[in-house]
Formats: sequence, C-alpha cells, structure tokens
Amino acid sequence: MDWLYVLMPISGVTIFWPGLVILGLGVGIIGGFFGMGGAWMVTPGLNILGFPMAFAIGTDVAHMAGKSLISTLRHGKFGNVDYKLGFIMLVGTVVGFEIGAQMIMWFERLGKVDLYVRWLYIILLTLIAWMVFADVAKKRKKERELKAAGKELDGLTTGIEWHKTLHKIKIPPMIHFKEAQIYCTAWLPIFVSFLTGWLAGILGIGGGLIRMPALIYFVGCPTHVAVGTDLFEVMISGLYGAGTYTYKGRTELVAALIMLVGAAMGAQVGTVATKYIKGYGIRIAFGLAVVGCGISVVMKLLPRYVPATKTVMDVSATVLILGLVAALSLYILFKMIQGAKQELAAKNR
Amino acid sequence: MQNVWKQVIGLLGLLILLIPEMALAAGEKADLIVIVADTRKLTGWEAWWANLYNESHAYFTLLTVISIPVVGLILGIVADFIMKRIGIDLSSRELAEH
Repeated sequence: MDWLYVLMPISGVTIFWPGLVILGLGVGIIGGFFGMGGAWMVTPGLNILGFPMAFAIGTDVAHMAGKSLISTLRHGKFGNVDYKLGFIMLVGTVVGFEIGAQMIMWFERLGKVDLYVRWLYIILLTLIAWMVFADVAKKRKKERELKAAGKELDGLTTGIEWHKTLHKIKIPPMIHFKEAQIYCTAWLPIFVSFLTGWLAGILGIGGGLIRMPALIYFVGCPTHVAVGTDLFEVMISGLYGAGTYTYKGRTELVAALIMLVGAAMGAQVGTVATKYIKGYGIRIAFGLAVVGCGISVVMKLLPRYVPATKTVMDVSATVLILGLVAALSLYILFKMIQGAKQELAAKNR
Repeated sequence: MQNVWKQVIGLLGLLILLIPEMALAAGEKADLIVIVADTRKLTGWEAWWANLYNESHAYFTLLTVISIPVVGLILGIVADFIMKRIGIDLSSRELAEH
C-alpha cells in the first residue's frame, strides 16, 4: 500500500495522500458555503495526518488561497460577489490586520498573551453565536406577528437590522454597491473591515469567521453576497499569507496542491449548495459552526486550569472539530444533491 | 483636491509595499529557526524543488504564489466542467433570506 503515501520533499514526512484529498474536500465544501478559509478546521486535521505544526499553518494558508479562488469564481457567476465592496474592504482589512499583529508583538512582551487571546476569541465567538441566533429568533417573531395579522413576510426581511441605522450615516463619499444592493458611506465598510481585520490580526486567524457576520449585520449585505464577498477577501489575504509563510519556509506546496484537488470539487459543491439554501439556512448552520469552534477553543483552554485533562481535552477538541467538518460537509452535500434533483425534475417536467 | 487624492493613493501604495516587512516583523519567535530540507534521499523534481527551497526562499515563494492560483484556476475549470455535466443552472439564483 506504499502508493497511498507520498513523501513531502521539504518537511521530509510521508503523508497518507487520500487523507489530504478528503480534508480538502470537506473544508472546500464548508468554505464555499460559509465564505471562510476554515484554518481552525484544517490545522488540526493536517496535524493528525502527520504534518509538523511548523508546516501545517503555512500549507493550510496556501491551499486556502486556491480554494477561495475557485469558490469566488463560482459565487461571482451567481452574482454573489460585490467586487467594489471587496476592494474597499481590503484596505481596512490589511491595515487593521497589521496593526493587530503588531499589537500582539507588543503584548507578548507583557507576557500571558496567549491566554488573553484565547479568552478574547471565546468572547467574540459567543457574541457572534448570540448575534446569529438572536437574529433568527427576531425574524421568526416578525414572521409569527405578520402571520397573525394575515400577512406574509417579504423575501428579504431580516431579524436584526443594525445596518439600517448605520446606513443613516451620510459622510461622503457615498457609494452604491450594486450586488450587495446597499447605498452607504464608504467609511462604513472601511471601518468594519478595519475592525474585523484588527481582531483577526490579534487572534492570529484569517478573519472569515468574523467578517462574514459583520458584512451581514453591520454593512447590510444579503447572506449570499456576504459569503461571496468574504471569499474574495479570503482569496486575496490567503495569497498574501501564502507569500509570507512560504518566505519563512513554512509551506509544503505538494501537500497544498493535493488538498486543492479535493478542495476544487468541495468548493463547487459548497458554492452551488448556497443556490438551494435560503439565507437563514446558511446563517443557522454558520451559527452552529461558530458554537463548535467556540467549544473546541474552551477545550484547549481548560487544561491551563486543570492540567490533568490535557490529553483528554486535546483529543476531544480534535475529534469535535473533525466531526463538525464531517457533519457540516455531509449536510451541505446532501442539500446540494437534493436541490439539484428538484431542479432537474422541474426542468424535465 | 486631485493632489490630495494623489498623495493619499501614493501613501496607500507605499503602505502596501511596506506591509510584508511589517508582517515579517510581527512573526513568531520560532520564525528565526532556519529549516533545511533533506535532499539526500530525493531524486528528480523532488530534489530540484527541495534544492530550490534550500537555496532561495525568494524564488521558492515566487513559484508557490504563482502555482497556487494557476493550479486553483485549472482545477476550478475542471470541477466547473464536471458540475455543468449534471445539467443544473450554474449562472443564476433567486435572492432570498428565508
């Protein structure tokens, strides 16, 4: 069975390549569906396959750039990418990210930075999960009220509508974002992207997990456009990250390319699935993914207070993350197949 | 007003050029460790690739950054072709939140 293993020329380790393809497929589906890079899922997966930690992050970032490119192209054809918004947000993201990264360097000198970062991460994930589920509950309440009054809910109605208040800010230049169907001051997406970039820089993550809900709740993008535009951002930041990590000698291109084979198909499946799932379906599934991510971070934090639980918690966190990847990607795949079948049946009628 | 915009764009351009340097400065302490690929057991393209890594991280980075989007694009087109064979409409969707 030697043919199932491939030698990585840089790190010198031998890796089970079908594992890389499956991992790429899973995160490709989830990434294309939610509009995020998914580093928090890939890194433990690569580690389990036998990758040294030094190469796991760089390899993940490199494959993320290619995967997001595939998803962005497909989302673009669906009209889910607002390129103007994406380019404007890129400025805020890059500047915010670098300030966040520099701040972490400064905090490191004060010590205990890792602990504070993890707590900040947990608080942030809790807030995002609360925001998503509060939004869902509010929208359902509106639905019930309208039903009682004998009316039907408009297709674009949302629960939380903070963006409507933010759109009242009229500081020039005012910009119309065609795909996102919003008209607001250019400073709103710049400020939101700066804030999300800054948080991503501090937390040492790609930022898709924060940027996607920020695009929905603060900028006012419809869910599908938030997913597509966020993927465009992930693509650019992924390429930039691939460059810096590779320059530091931390990327195994062979592994990234093998992962891309699975991710190419996965990204298509995840993106096409958004065609069959309404915005709120995506928001609920995203909320569940955030809860899973939050629990895994708590599991990694717990051994600091109860050292005896380290082994159990490490294994449990990895099992949880990989279980979540498997469950979410199977759900999305199922929904995509179901939707495609219905569309084909309607076509043949 | 045009001059102000020129200056702002110029400064943004400078910032983008300087950012990789800042990002490297913000790297972890482990980045100071130099990893060398063991080329003794490698032959053919693997040996070439590992040697390139050992000799110049700059060329290695350049090739990686070019390869990823190119391969991504090719694989994307192949995956696109396969998806189109299913027969579903891949160019439009109905916008709806619920």
